[in-house]
Amino acid sequence: MAFDKMELRDIEVWDGNFAAAQAMRQVQIDVVAAYPITPSTPIVEGYAKFLADGYVEGEFVMVESEHAAMSGCIGAAAAGGRVATATSSQGFALMVETLYQSSGMRLPIVLNVVNRALAAPLNVNGDHSDMYLGRDSGWIQLDAYSPQEAYDLNFIAFKVSEDHDVRLPCMVHQDGFMTSHTAQGVKTFTDEVAYDFVGEYKPMNDMLDLDHPVTHGVQTEEDWHFEHKARQHNDLMTKVMPKIQEVFDAFEELSGRKYNIVEQYDMDDADVAVVCMGTSVETAREVAKEMRAEGIKAGVVGIRVLRPYPFAQIIEALKDIKSIAALDRSSPNGAPGMLFNELAGALYNTDSKATLSGYVYGLGGRDLTKAHLTDLYKELQANADAGKVLTPLQQFIGVRGPKLTFL
Amino acid sequence: MLEIRWHSRAGQGAVTGAKGLADVVSTTGKEVQAFAFYGSAKRGAAMTAYNRVDDKPIMNHEKFMHPDYVLVIDPALVYTTDITIYDKEETVYIITTHMSTEELVASQPRLAGKTVHTVDCIKIAQDTIGRPIPNTPMLGALMKVSGMYEIDFFKDNMVRVLSKLPQKIVDANMDAIQRAYDEVK
Repeated sequence: MAFDKMELRDIEVWDGNFAAAQAMRQVQIDVVAAYPITPSTPIVEGYAKFLADGYVEGEFVMVESEHAAMSGCIGAAAAGGRVATATSSQGFALMVETLYQSSGMRLPIVLNVVNRALAAPLNVNGDHSDMYLGRDSGWIQLDAYSPQEAYDLNFIAFKVSEDHDVRLPCMVHQDGFMTSHTAQGVKTFTDEVAYDFVGEYKPMNDMLDLDHPVTHGVQTEEDWHFEHKARQHNDLMTKVMPKIQEVFDAFEELSGRKYNIVEQYDMDDADVAVVCMGTSVETAREVAKEMRAEGIKAGVVGIRVLRPYPFAQIIEALKDIKSIAALDRSSPNGAPGMLFNELAGALYNTDSKATLSGYVYGLGGRDLTKAHLTDLYKELQANADAGKVLTPLQQFIGVRGPKLTFL
Repeated sequence: MLEIRWHSRAGQGAVTGAKGLADVVSTTGKEVQAFAFYGSAKRGAAMTAYNRVDDKPIMNHEKFMHPDYVLVIDPALVYTTDITIYDKEETVYIITTHMSTEELVASQPRLAGKTVHTVDCIKIAQDTIGRPIPNTPMLGALMKVSGMYEIDFFKDNMVRVLSKLPQKIVDANMDAIQRAYDEVK
């Protein structure tokens, strides 16, 4: 079956969902097994339309649940195909069992996760609860802050994930609605350039290679289970980051767009820094610039690669900072936030004397305004001046009612 | 930074209108952003959509804004929602209504003293497109009031934006845009 090329303008006005769908078309995915869910629906819908219109050569498998969607992806990937799908929130939660299967079976699947809150109460809007739920699943997790990045990171995800030294599945995260349904200018690649960057898929240990029979989905008990898990962890800890860096470098050479494992904005001489993910990184960048006009040396650190966790890069980014805020867009439900804990874990054995305070914000799509961030930077400056955290260690931003603080 | 807020009902095409506007503006080299508040929107529910336009990349993702323009494409929203929320002194309103501007302002005291333009996008859409989808005519009215682009340049670009629709519908939309451009007061 032949397929048509699509003529794109150099800059298209796309939302994050359509940007991801276009990237999935351009890398010519063989199989998408999907069960659509808000707000990620338009990604698989877009791929299905491209397929129906003859722009891609592949198979769209309609399934009865997200558990079946990822199961279908696992089967297709084990068979030897380039495979991807998309989900959000409850759908992601239902996929969790199969997420561990796909990473443990070392199948390079790309999953676009359009981040959304987890019920109850039911909510379709963007927060990072689903992204946080996936963080121990053995997948690589890349985070996009804008439609352009949702497009770019898809190519990067396939190239990293499918590398024979890596062979681990990869999630590309974007913020529900704030990125997925927000249209902005996206610089595009031609179909040839996009496909050539990722390259033809070279399967490894594929079941349809009948000359070399293999077994997938095996059982190992105490005799071998630990070795398999240790090997997977080893590869995540040692092989993935160098590969991501290599692909980031190649991508910059191709596009001029530079990605970093940990993004740093205005950090060269910063005293105070906000560490966050998603669209909040960009809003914080704008506020940090405004704070500098008020004499506060403000910077922003964006986590681009959440898993594997960029331990060394975080330490480097924060080494000269006096006061740090960790912003978690997911309810920790009885603990400090994930970023708070992981920044503390990274900095604890270093010479850093920085204060560290945690903030929970934006649950269920609650707006993070520039005014919130302005107040936060002022609080950080006060902490820096005092050399200690003057507030409780955990605060909630933007929740109605009496101010909520803990610890 | 130019900021626009749309007041609409789900199904009236505010999101398509906002994205169409962003698409046309983007061709002139500017940076754009178009988004909406959805909730789990049911057809007919009141909703808002937004545009930002700037010469430099738009980093701000907050949903909050003090709009330069407020575009209302459903007449009843003037009474059932606060279309003046977070406005500023210079905010310009373009409101779909069958009434004159004076009658409209008299019927909604919140609009007193504000810069208000009126145009009947619902009737224009029914006359031209055959359905009460008032989004494209509102863009024609915006071109007239704001002077953002020449109407012919804008229509040429909207033909491209709407190119997936049947030719008859595209032509009807162009008539709707032109009529609203001519009729807005």
